[in-house]
Amino acid sequence: MDLLNAFVALSNFVLIPAIAYGCQLALGALGVTLVYGILRFSNFAHGDTMAFGTMVAILVTWGLQGLGVSLGPLPTALLAIPFGIAGCALLLLATDRVVFRFYRAQKVVPVILVIVSMGVMFVYNGLTRLVIGPDSRTFGDGARYLMNARQFRELTGLSEPLVIRSTQAITVVTAVVVVAALFWFLNRTRTGKSMRAYSDNEDLALLSGIDPERVVRVTWLLVACLATIAGVLYGLDKTFMPFTYFQLLLPIFAAAIVGGLGSPLGAIAGGFVIAFSEVGITYAWKKVLTYLLPEPLEPDGLVQLLATDYKFAVSFMILVVVLLFRPTGLFRGKSV
Amino acid sequence: MKKLLMATAATALASGGAMAQSDDVKIGIVFGFTGPIESLTPAMGASAELALEEINESGAFLGGTTLTPVTADSTCVDSAAATAAAERLVTTDGVVAIVGADCSGVTGAVLSNVAVPNGVPMISPSATSPGLSEAEDDGLFFRTAPSDARQGEVLAGILETEGVDSVAVTYTNNDYGKGLSDSFVAAFEEAGGEVTLTAPHEDNKADYSAEIGALASAGGDVLVVLGYADSGGRGMIQAAADTGAFSTFMMGDGMYSDVLLDDFGDVLEGSYGAVPWSQGEGAEAFSALVNERGEFDPESTYTRESYDAAALLVLAMQAGGEATSEAAAANVMDVANAPGEEIMPGELGKALEILAEGGEIDYVGATDVELIGPGEAAGTYRYYTITDGAFETVEFR
Repeated sequence: MDLLNAFVALSNFVLIPAIAYGCQLALGALGVTLVYGILRFSNFAHGDTMAFGTMVAILVTWGLQGLGVSLGPLPTALLAIPFGIAGCALLLLATDRVVFRFYRAQKVVPVILVIVSMGVMFVYNGLTRLVIGPDSRTFGDGARYLMNARQFRELTGLSEPLVIRSTQAITVVTAVVVVAALFWFLNRTRTGKSMRAYSDNEDLALLSGIDPERVVRVTWLLVACLATIAGVLYGLDKTFMPFTYFQLLLPIFAAAIVGGLGSPLGAIAGGFVIAFSEVGITYAWKKVLTYLLPEPLEPDGLVQLLATDYKFAVSFMILVVVLLFRPTGLFRGKSV
Repeated sequence: MKKLLMATAATALASGGAMAQSDDVKIGIVFGFTGPIESLTPAMGASAELALEEINESGAFLGGTTLTPVTADSTCVDSAAATAAAERLVTTDGVVAIVGADCSGVTGAVLSNVAVPNGVPMISPSATSPGLSEAEDDGLFFRTAPSDARQGEVLAGILETEGVDSVAVTYTNNDYGKGLSDSFVAAFEEAGGEVTLTAPHEDNKADYSAEIGALASAGGDVLVVLGYADSGGRGMIQAAADTGAFSTFMMGDGMYSDVLLDDFGDVLEGSYGAVPWSQGEGAEAFSALVNERGEFDPESTYTRESYDAAALLVLAMQAGGEATSEAAAANVMDVANAPGEEIMPGELGKALEILAEGGEIDYVGATDVELIGPGEAAGTYRYYTITDGAFETVEFR
């Protein structure tokens, strides 16, 4: 029995990575859920929206690095986020003007908008690859670790290391700030309230004088913020590659649906549910169990429920279970 | 489009006509001039042609017979296309022997579908899959590149030298990674070592912390990384460093890269690995020869092996006294190995004369050729450690 080492191993390989990943998913799922709640369709282009915003931020980061600008121990990319958001917002507003507005005016059924968003996804996909290429790009700088393995071992004398990367800490802090700001905006400001009114009942909102086009524009602006921030955080913490952002679509949608589409609180909860399931189910528990169990019970095998190759299957499984037993999600969003 | 078609047809006619006129001996060169290794193959092809040119200029091959190279595209990945291209070389162009193919998969396809049915020998300069050692080849297949089975043994031997007896292994999930990993694990376990876990990783993922988590859980003193330096292998080392799971790494040949060293200097300190290496007189003579007359980089991957492959085929025919497939296949092992006079790159004319007089040669070539087992290069590996942020040679094995 060695509770302390077991907990450290658990934190190092499960808790900390899952919390950071959960924050990234939550921010992504918030974007999806906003579009669903207010514009009433599932936006398949969201993963590539993230990729585009991140790409703009990366280009600006490189420029800043070239000029010698730096934030010291923090990554320069944080400075570039506003530019990324601006670029992403321009793209989204232009897309809305050219594509989505046309279909909105025709009052098409949501499934058509879903297909349209797929077309938009392919265009964004190509756009990002055209500018920055399909390969992985690194743009992180500053201090890599808040605490590295050697420091932790020297500090505590434990045999298991605990590593906290600065990008993980930045992810959590940024996510908390962004989510707080979003909730303040939706609940306290006049524009936020009008958005929620529009989401609850479009006709009543129109009758009370809310300008629908304004609501739509503000929604896209919020989506640009959320997508770019989530994308940059994911890229800093892991790597930026257009294809992996496209792949993120599945866990992000799973998170939004698990939480309940259209419910911002649900998106956050869903993000963490998906992240913890993905990491926990594919983690080999042998090490932790060896510390916890008495010697005769120590496992010989890896105690890994699913091989890491099947990480994406976890999102699928959860999706299926939720859709079968609670289609409206944990927080009673709109049913799919 | 019409013009293009006509131009193509005219070129084909012209080249076909040119071939019909000459009644010299044709050697096929089958490399992936398109596809994933298209950046390497031009130098490889030029290198093989350099050997043939050198022989033609000496005029010593079978009383002045000239050799003509005929190239075809193996595509590296498409077995059907490679088979068709090689089939054309054998049945239409009438080549007596083939230099190639390049990648392991297409090489196996060309061997079983074209070379064996037609009795044409082939020497591959770059197919390293251990599976090819056991392929049904009727004594027709040779390679101047060492099999990854040999690399597996070398890596296991290095661990013994370092005094490590428990490792975790991760390999890139393709034929190369799987083959190398299998041969390494077999060799290491035979030597009494313990492999705690052998886990594949996919290339081009954003995050490898889950894979490292499983390997860390399994334990082991050293992580053996058999992947690519600019892709999954790099991600695995990054994730291992990030979680503090492993501090020492052993790396296969795909991980030998200066960029990796620059990026992870501190992390890799004290790690080690092996990479195929050519050294000594032969390699220097080859570089000198290329710098004098070739228009490619002699250091480029597998150029030395390509030169040796072409030279060996011709020398074998000379030893057999006739420009036939049978003579080439029967004598490759004899000219490649001792006893006999040692032959360096640039001395092919001298070698041909010795053989014409009935003497024996031991072709050293650019890669210190020594064919073992079913006709594959023994290979020399550089065992290196990473000390003070630089590759430091320990020894050659």
